[in-house]
Amino acid sequence: MAKTYSAGVKDYRETYWMPDYTPKDTDFLACFKVIPQEGVPREEAAAAVAAESSTGTWTTVWTDLLTDLDHYKGRAYAIEDVPGNDEAFYALIAYPIDLFEEGSVVNVLTSLVGNVFGFKAVRALRLEDVRIPLAYVMTCGGPPMGIQVERDIMNKYGRPLLGCTIKPKLGLSAKNYGRAVYECLRGGLDFTKDDENVNSQPFMRWRQRFDFVMEAIHKAEQETGERKGHYLNVTAPTPEEMYKRAEHAKSLGAPIIMHDYLTGGFTANTGLANWCRDNGMLLHIHRAMHAVLDRNPNHGIHFRVLTKMLRLSGGDHLHTGTVVGKLEGDRESTLGWIDLLRERYIKEDRARGIFFDQDWGSMPGAFAVASGGIHVWHMPALVTIFGDDAVLQFGGGTLGHPWGNAAGAAANRVALEACVEARNRGVAVEQEGKAILQNAAKSSPELAMAMETWKEIKFEFDTVDKLDVQHR
Amino acid sequence: MSEMQDYKSSLSDVTSRKFETFSYLPEMDSDAIRKQVEYIVSKGWNPAIEHTEPENAFGHYWYMWKLPMFGETDIDRVLAEAEACHKAHPNNHVRLVGFDNYKQSRGTEMVVYRGKPV
Repeated sequence: MAKTYSAGVKDYRETYWMPDYTPKDTDFLACFKVIPQEGVPREEAAAAVAAESSTGTWTTVWTDLLTDLDHYKGRAYAIEDVPGNDEAFYALIAYPIDLFEEGSVVNVLTSLVGNVFGFKAVRALRLEDVRIPLAYVMTCGGPPMGIQVERDIMNKYGRPLLGCTIKPKLGLSAKNYGRAVYECLRGGLDFTKDDENVNSQPFMRWRQRFDFVMEAIHKAEQETGERKGHYLNVTAPTPEEMYKRAEHAKSLGAPIIMHDYLTGGFTANTGLANWCRDNGMLLHIHRAMHAVLDRNPNHGIHFRVLTKMLRLSGGDHLHTGTVVGKLEGDRESTLGWIDLLRERYIKEDRARGIFFDQDWGSMPGAFAVASGGIHVWHMPALVTIFGDDAVLQFGGGTLGHPWGNAAGAAANRVALEACVEARNRGVAVEQEGKAILQNAAKSSPELAMAMETWKEIKFEFDTVDKLDVQHR
Repeated sequence: MSEMQDYKSSLSDVTSRKFETFSYLPEMDSDAIRKQVEYIVSKGWNPAIEHTEPENAFGHYWYMWKLPMFGETDIDRVLAEAEACHKAHPNNHVRLVGFDNYKQSRGTEMVVYRGKPV
């Protein structure tokens, strides 16, 4: 029987709280951490979040009755306590797949983290995790190449890749910049990287940078006999400009370009990933601005969600934090989103902050990039934490070597290979790290020098955003 | 602090040419090679042997030494094939490969006999 129209404000829970609902395989699932305003019951707050992130508005409108809102609405189907936090709770919400345009990360985020985050009934709100139904995954392009194809193109097997961000971040001329790249690559790195805020400033326009860097790559390849690349940052003020730079990189034979997916935006990123797939180009993804979104434990978007969104939108590398370096990152939590980036099927694992099973089907995975404040002494831990499918990037840890970039690069390469060789022999690399490095340094004066230079540096601040556990 | 050292590497010095994984470490002895074969077998990968003239090492396709040893778990058999390849091509790089058929890629590869730089 048809419903009748009755104007006014209804409690959200009458419509959007459905504790008996069983989510479908095709539903999007979301876990929000909610801190409601005082006096708002949990069910009402959860229902309000479901409503405001899907079909609802604050009052009933007559046009609601022209459609079947019960089909399209988001459904708050469960509430859970947050361990160690009495004022917050988890709200689990299911959304029918029809709510989202196919292949559009933009559309997904506009709903899930749109107006609802400014909604008055909640004091704070954080999107902790999402389950993307496989049916939707299949509508997205994903990483342009993926891990295996990148390994085949770059001819790197059985070990993590090595990179370095060229410093100083800003101010070098293109020709001096190319020199720094050449020295790193001839010393044994696989990749060098544009810093994220290197775009096309007056001191170094993009075209000259691209041209000089490619000469550096070609010479380093001839000299070492190994394949090399440099992440040419094509992040630009407009999509038109971004594609112009990407086309020039392609015309020079560059194997890889780079984009900042949060500041550049998901529309730009998805378009660029599609361009890369069409043009046989690898795509490195930086994550500037992520900490604005993900660092507050009570409000924002967890990085595991941003990781999933990047995998959908497309990128072959994504910065994930190092666990051991200068930037924020809890170990178990980091291991969780590394899996979400690289693996085919990831099971729910609350100990790693993973709330849902996630099936990526045949969508390729992407390399985890560990970068920021790391040096040779961190190598045993990095190899243990990240395994092979990672790019370990030492900026200061390469360029700060007393004998220069090439020596710094060689030190890192020797340290990396020594750790991988020992791991393959069955050695517990993290525990035996010191002995492994000391032994390797016997045949590498560059490594010995690096170990002498950096042995005292440590970063021992506690993380701000921890997993929710009892008695923190 | 010790004296600053020059990084010796150039286009004209053929010993500057590397060949990817483990080429920055000293050449492996027979015990070290055995351990790497054990690693490949323990991962469930299919061992294979390839070789090339060092001057052609940059290419993706080296010469296959026979076919990959599908399902082979006998470490000595794998080592014997590597050695046989080395004897037949003493000036070539000889590479040990572990094919991962689930990832449809190489799980690892490394040069176990280093050829004569030219």
